[in-house]
Amino acid sequence: MVCGYPGTPSTEVLETVAKNNDGSIYVEWSVNEKTAMEVAAGAAYSGARTMVTMKQVGLNVASDPLMSLAYIGVKGGMVLVVADDPGPLSSQTEQDTRHFAKFSNLPVLDPSTPEEAYAMIQAAFALSEKVGLPVILRPTTRVCHACASIDVDDNREEHIPSGFEKDSRWVIFPRLSYKKHIEIEKLQTVLAETFSESPFNRVSGKGSLGIAGSGIAWAYAQDVIRDLDLDVKTFKVGTPYPFPEKLAESFLEGLEAVLVLEELDPVIEEALLEIAGKNGLKVTISGKKDGTTPYAGEYSYELVRKAIAEFTGRSDPEVPETTIPPLPARPPVLCAGCPHRASFYAVKKAMKGRKAVFTGDIGCYTLGNAKPLNMVDTCLCMGASVSVAQGIKRVEPDTRLFAFIGDSTFFHTGIPGVINAVYNQTDIVLVVLDNSTTAMTGHQPHPGTGRTMMGSISEKIDIAGLLKSIGVKWVRKINPFDQKAAISAVKEASEVKGVSAIIFEAPCIALIKKPEAFSVDSGKCRACGLCIREIGCPSMYLTESGKVQIEPSTCYACGLCSSICPFGAIGGMNHED
Amino acid sequence: MKTDVLIAGVGGQGQVLASRLIGAAAILEGYTVRTGETIGMSQRGGSVVSHVRFGGESLAATVPFGQADLLIGFELCEAVRNLRRLSKKGRLIVNTQRINPVTVSLGMEQYDAGAMEETLKRAAQDAIFLDGYSLAREAGSVKAVNVVLLGTAVGAGYLPLSRESFLQAIRDILPQKLHDLNFAAFDKGYELGNRAVEDKTAQIK
Repeated sequence: MVCGYPGTPSTEVLETVAKNNDGSIYVEWSVNEKTAMEVAAGAAYSGARTMVTMKQVGLNVASDPLMSLAYIGVKGGMVLVVADDPGPLSSQTEQDTRHFAKFSNLPVLDPSTPEEAYAMIQAAFALSEKVGLPVILRPTTRVCHACASIDVDDNREEHIPSGFEKDSRWVIFPRLSYKKHIEIEKLQTVLAETFSESPFNRVSGKGSLGIAGSGIAWAYAQDVIRDLDLDVKTFKVGTPYPFPEKLAESFLEGLEAVLVLEELDPVIEEALLEIAGKNGLKVTISGKKDGTTPYAGEYSYELVRKAIAEFTGRSDPEVPETTIPPLPARPPVLCAGCPHRASFYAVKKAMKGRKAVFTGDIGCYTLGNAKPLNMVDTCLCMGASVSVAQGIKRVEPDTRLFAFIGDSTFFHTGIPGVINAVYNQTDIVLVVLDNSTTAMTGHQPHPGTGRTMMGSISEKIDIAGLLKSIGVKWVRKINPFDQKAAISAVKEASEVKGVSAIIFEAPCIALIKKPEAFSVDSGKCRACGLCIREIGCPSMYLTESGKVQIEPSTCYACGLCSSICPFGAIGGMNHED
Repeated sequence: MKTDVLIAGVGGQGQVLASRLIGAAAILEGYTVRTGETIGMSQRGGSVVSHVRFGGESLAATVPFGQADLLIGFELCEAVRNLRRLSKKGRLIVNTQRINPVTVSLGMEQYDAGAMEETLKRAAQDAIFLDGYSLAREAGSVKAVNVVLLGTAVGAGYLPLSRESFLQAIRDILPQKLHDLNFAAFDKGYELGNRAVEDKTAQIK
């Protein structure tokens, strides 16, 4: 069984399994990461091999079952693929899942390349079955969003689940927890010893200078060591926790100084410092703690080369200087034709001149924060728009609160927040941006779409019906491109006592066939630029005369611009004639 | 021979497919390949860059500064943005299409196309500038700009891989209904690349 919730850079793992599924693997997008891990736990209790995929912040959501599962253990092998995102490139935090491994006492494997990830996933299943614990595989963005030439082993072993056997071992009680805690702590030492023999941890080279590292930082280090033709002792760490202590001792032996290269937190650095301290070794260990390398942001070949050059007393080869003129920034934007733009614009128009706060959530619509829309005042984590709005409303009773949440995020963790508002009678307007997909991560289905990853069709979960059933009395479904109706509904919703809900329904442009583009009648265009200033559509641009043009290859004829133009200059097919 | 290629453009222009095609063509010719992509939020109209490396020993997919053998710019400004990764002897293929970022349309920033072209011309001796957008439209769809540019790179001999390998890669990766369009797009670019190099050789003689 494979389950998970989409999140960059982890999404493609589950999708790849689904694409290559011969029917022998049950694959599902679960409603959130906690659910995914619990579904997988049940299957693993029943002896099935299971994999759960998510991004690093998804593990926060799944941390409740994770911590207990470490005590309870599994019967079938269970691998948690948790992708970290140094940078961060597409995440709220730069948290390091290796800490979660340490926190929960679960082994973690940290690949440096796609081919190593391939080797590790197989080893992870074997290890999980051997020790009866979930095992974490923690690739980072540069390993996830990379391809490499890999020889695929076509031999597949069949695993037939033994089935669920009733036993008190599956019921967590304080007495059992105490017993299990003793066992799991003992196991850490055994695991550390096993890992000292693991092919994923290697010591090589000689000399008095040592370089240790993991993940993509290790790949850069290997490239630099080769490019600078260095002769140093190296320690590649593929299992940062439990730390391969014995192997680390053999690495540190005879060294005067060590440079540690790892992205995010100093996990390996701290382990080496501890071992050096325990053994009374006089070795200088450099890394993040002495300011040699940064904690935040992703590492690069250049950053690693500079650190290694300084550490080994070499000069850092200069990068040829290229003078580049000032370039305009190109931040990501809502696509041309995106229905979220129309939804945000309708709320903005309706609330013009009124005191209102717009709480946002995680998805494409977070991009509504950019100019000229400026419609995201807060963004915290999945589902938080709904609950943060309630807190602000309690402090500012005269402000109108709008919580924007996408359909997939609503199902993920949005619903409890709505129940909370209904129960506590907090006046908020819930705005569900329903584009019938999980757009940002690449258009995965969810409970509102009715399609599953096994190709079956289930009954679509109706967001309006769900809201009514939990006590939201005022619920409207509206097409955001009908701006007049949308604006008047927003005004009405803002006057409702308690929770009111607007569901803006219009599919993501990726789900529809591209219609003929709109165009600008240059005879009617007065070069006022209002359309661009109001909605910032990426298909629209100014010509030298100051008049507006529309790029036909990206325009989806949503019509929002034509509803704004005061001169009727923008329209559909053959408009100019 | 070690070949490091960069593909720079605007999210949505088909960079990921282009890098997959180079990777598949290189594998067909017996190379081991690494590619690295920008995926996620930037795909929504932001700056994106793909890295493709074959025939070398590097473990990392990202091409270091000053080491790219070929930079394929899908858009003018994005080509310049990634110029620091091009090696001194590196070659350039640039789609002269200009895609205004919203920051420019809103008047918050300037797009100085003249200065950008100048910079690119100074940066590489072997450079081909082309209107890939129009060639793709002639081939049947403006979406095929990515494959036009690959054709140019192969036609000009800037990528040490054969036309046949690319046509096979297109067959292997794309659904059948898109084969003819992409063959046509590739050949439009291929002919232009071929001609550009012949003209240059003629000039030198």
